[in-house]
Amino acid sequence: MPEALLRVFRGNKDGGQSVDYKVPLAPGMVVLDALHSIQANQSPDLAVRWNCKAAKCGSCSAEVNGHPRLTCKTRMDSLPLDEPITVSPLKAFPVIKDLVTDVSSNYQVNKKIPAFQPRKNVEWKMDQRDVDRVQEFRKCIECFLCQNVCHVLRDHQKHESFGGPRFFVRTAGLEMHPLDGANRIPLLKNELGLGYCNITKCCTEVCPEEIHITDNAIIPLKERVVDEFYDPVTMLFRKLRGAG
Amino acid sequence: MTASYETHEHDVLIIGAGGAGLRAAIEAIAQGARVGLVCKSLLGKAHTVMAEGGIAAAMANVDKADDWRTHFCDTMRGGKFVNNWRMAQLHALEAPDRVRELEQWGALFDRTPTGDILQRAFGGHTFKRLCHVGDRTGLELIRTLQDRGVELGIDVFMECTVTRLLKDGDRVAGAFGYYREQGRFVAFKAKSIVIATGGIGKAWRVTSNSWEYTADGMALAYEAGAELMDMEFVQFHPTGMVWPPGVQGILVTEAVRGEGGILRNKLGERFMEKYDPKKMELSTRDVVARSIYTEVREGRGTEHGGAYLDISHKPAEYVKKKLPSMYHQFKELADVDITKGPMEVGPTCHYMMGGIRVEAETAASTVPGLYAAGEAAAGLHGSNRLGGNSLSDLLVFGRRAGKTAAEFANRASATNLDPAQLEQAEREMLAPFERLDGEFPYPIHHDLQETMQSLVGIFRNEEDVNKALGKLDEFESRLAKVRVDGSRMFNPGWHLTRDLKNMLLISEAVSRCALARKESRGAHSRIDFPNYDPEWEKKNNIISNDGGTMKLQQRPVPEMPADLKQLLEEKK
Repeated sequence: MPEALLRVFRGNKDGGQSVDYKVPLAPGMVVLDALHSIQANQSPDLAVRWNCKAAKCGSCSAEVNGHPRLTCKTRMDSLPLDEPITVSPLKAFPVIKDLVTDVSSNYQVNKKIPAFQPRKNVEWKMDQRDVDRVQEFRKCIECFLCQNVCHVLRDHQKHESFGGPRFFVRTAGLEMHPLDGANRIPLLKNELGLGYCNITKCCTEVCPEEIHITDNAIIPLKERVVDEFYDPVTMLFRKLRGAG
Repeated sequence: MTASYETHEHDVLIIGAGGAGLRAAIEAIAQGARVGLVCKSLLGKAHTVMAEGGIAAAMANVDKADDWRTHFCDTMRGGKFVNNWRMAQLHALEAPDRVRELEQWGALFDRTPTGDILQRAFGGHTFKRLCHVGDRTGLELIRTLQDRGVELGIDVFMECTVTRLLKDGDRVAGAFGYYREQGRFVAFKAKSIVIATGGIGKAWRVTSNSWEYTADGMALAYEAGAELMDMEFVQFHPTGMVWPPGVQGILVTEAVRGEGGILRNKLGERFMEKYDPKKMELSTRDVVARSIYTEVREGRGTEHGGAYLDISHKPAEYVKKKLPSMYHQFKELADVDITKGPMEVGPTCHYMMGGIRVEAETAASTVPGLYAAGEAAAGLHGSNRLGGNSLSDLLVFGRRAGKTAAEFANRASATNLDPAQLEQAEREMLAPFERLDGEFPYPIHHDLQETMQSLVGIFRNEEDVNKALGKLDEFESRLAKVRVDGSRMFNPGWHLTRDLKNMLLISEAVSRCALARKESRGAHSRIDFPNYDPEWEKKNNIISNDGGTMKLQQRPVPEMPADLKQLLEEKK
C-alpha cells in the first residue's frame, strides 16, 4: 500500500520538535484522516482539534506545508507525496499542545461587538437581495484561518487592539443587516483598530468559505469609518454642534 | 475536599452547548438565574452546525393551508404513534414563535418574494414548512444563539467534559469534569442541571455525527438514576456520502430531495416508485433509508454500494445557490460536480430518537433538578424523526428546559457536594494512567463501531442483537483494563476511554430495547418481526439503573385526548 510521510509538530508552549510518521494512503484521504490514523495506530496522545470532519465547524485548522488549511478539506492527493508533508499549529496563536492552539483571544474580541439590535417598530420583511449581501458574511465557520494569516496578528501580535478579519466580517454582517439599528463605527475605529488593516487580502485568500473579506466587508467598513470621522462636511457639522 | 478543585457555583448548570443547551441557557438567564454552560468543544462548534435543511415550523408563509394541527399530525404519523402526543403538540404550537425569535436576534433566513421567511418541502411534511438558509441552517441557528448568549453574559466553560453528575440525596447537586487543555479537574455546584449533549452516532462506523456524539448526557443521567426511553429508535439518514472511504457517512442534506433531487439505482430505475409511490423521494427517512439499503442488498447498488441522487436537471446556478455546501463538499472531497452528474449516497447513522425520559411540559427527568432537551431527550419523535423537526425541537424544548430549571433553582435550597463522590469521580478518571500494560482505547472503539454497524444497524434480528450484547460485555472487560499514554494535557486517548464508557453503556441500552421490541416500527426494523404489532403501538421501552444492573420494562404510551385523536383521523 502506498504511504505518505507526515512531519507533525509535537510539543507545547515550552517548545517541541517535528516527528515523522508513516501513514498508509487511501483513496480520497484528507490530512485529518492521516492525523487520526496516527492517533489510532502510533501515537494515541497526539492532540488535534476537530469536530465535524465535513468543513462545517472550522475546528481543524492547521498549517499544511506552511499553508493555513482546514485539515478535513485538504486532500492528501493534492499534496506532493514524494516529500514529507509538514503539519504545524496555527502560528498566530499560542500553542497548547501539538496542533492545538489557544484561540481564546478571538472569543474575547467577539465580546466587544454589540449584537444585533432591531430598529424600533420594524416590520419583519426583508428583500432577498438585501439578505444575500449579509448571508455571505454569515457563512463564516470561525476557523480563524483569516486571523492566522493577518500580519497585524501573525507578525505584530496585536490581539488586544485589533479585531481581525473574522470580526470585521461579523461586524459587517451586523452593520449591513437590513433591520439593524445600532452604530458600530466608533467601535471599529477605536477598539477594533480597523485602521491597522492595510488591505493585503491575505485573509480573503485563505477563507475556506470563499467570503470576499477584504472587498465586501473590510473596505466598505473602512469607507463608513471615513464617512463618519473624516468627511469634511460631517466634521464641520459636528464642530457647529459642538460635538468635537 | 472540594477545596482542591476549581469549583464554580451556579443556579443552573447546562451541559452541552449546541442549539438546545444555548437556548436553555438564554431562557434561564432571562428568568434571572446564574447560568453556567459547559461545552465539550469550543463554543459554536457543536453538532448543530451540521444541520443543513431547515427548521420545521408551521408559519404558512409559502403554503397558506399549513397550521400546527397538520404539523402535529405529520410528526405523530412520522413517529408511528409512539411519540409523546403532548410534546408533539407543544412542538407544533410553539415552533413558529421560536423561529420569529431567532429572526429578532439577528438570524437571516432565505426570503419569499414578499419578504417573509421562505419555507421548503421536506420528507413527511404535508406542506412546505422548513425555514432555511441555503443548506447551512444549523450554522445560522447556532451562531445566532451563540451571539445572543454571549451578549447576555453566559459563563461558558469551553473544552470541558463532565464525567459524572453529583447527587445530594435524591436531587442533583452538581457535576464533576475536566478541562481538555491541561487535564485539570473541575467541580460545578448547581441547584438544577439541564442535559443537552446530543446523541450517540459515534458508536456506529458509518455516521454523520461528529466526535462529540458519544451519548455522554444519556449515560450521566442514567447513572444518576434517570430513566431512558425508546432507545431502539436510531435514525439512519438515507443519504450519506459513500465514496471515497474517508468521507463515508458525511451527511448529504435532505434538502437535495426537497429541492427536487431524484434517487435511482444502477439500472437507472427511480426505485422509490416501488416503496412509496405517493411521496417518492420525500417519503420519511426510515422508508427511504430501508429502500436504498434494499436496492443495494439485492444487487442494484452503485459501484461503491449506494444509490444515485441526482439534482443536475436543475439549473447549475440554482443548485449552487440553494445547496452551496453540497456543491463544495462533493467537488472537493469526491471530485463530483453535482450540477453535472449524480451523487452516490447511502444510509448513515444520524440521530437518536430515544433518550432521557422527560415530562412534556417541563422537560424534567425522573431525578429532581435534572432536565433534558434536544436529541438527548426522548418522546417528541417517537420511532422516526422528520427532517427539520430537530432544530425546532431544540428551540422549543431547550427554552422549556431552561425555564423550568431556573424556576426549580429559584425554589430550591443550596446543595452540598459530597467529597466521597468527588473522590470516586477523580479516581475513576485517573485509573487508566496507572495501568502500565493493557491496550489503548482506539481498537475497542473500532470494534464497537463494527459491531453496532453490522449487528444493530438498519435491519436487526434476535440472533444478531444477542451477539452484539455478548460483544458489548467483552468490550467492557477490555475497557476496564485500558491504558493511556502520555500526560493529562489535551490527550485524545484519555478522552476516548471516557467516551467509550458512555458509548458502551448506551449501546447496551439500544441493544436491549431493540431485542425487546418484537415488531418493526419507524427506524426499528426487525427481519424476524417485519410487521407492525398493534400491541407494541401502546408501549414505550423504559431503561433504568436498578442498583447497577440495567433494567428494562414497558410502560403504556400516554393516551391522546379525544380531540387530537379525532384530528389524526380527519387528516388521514
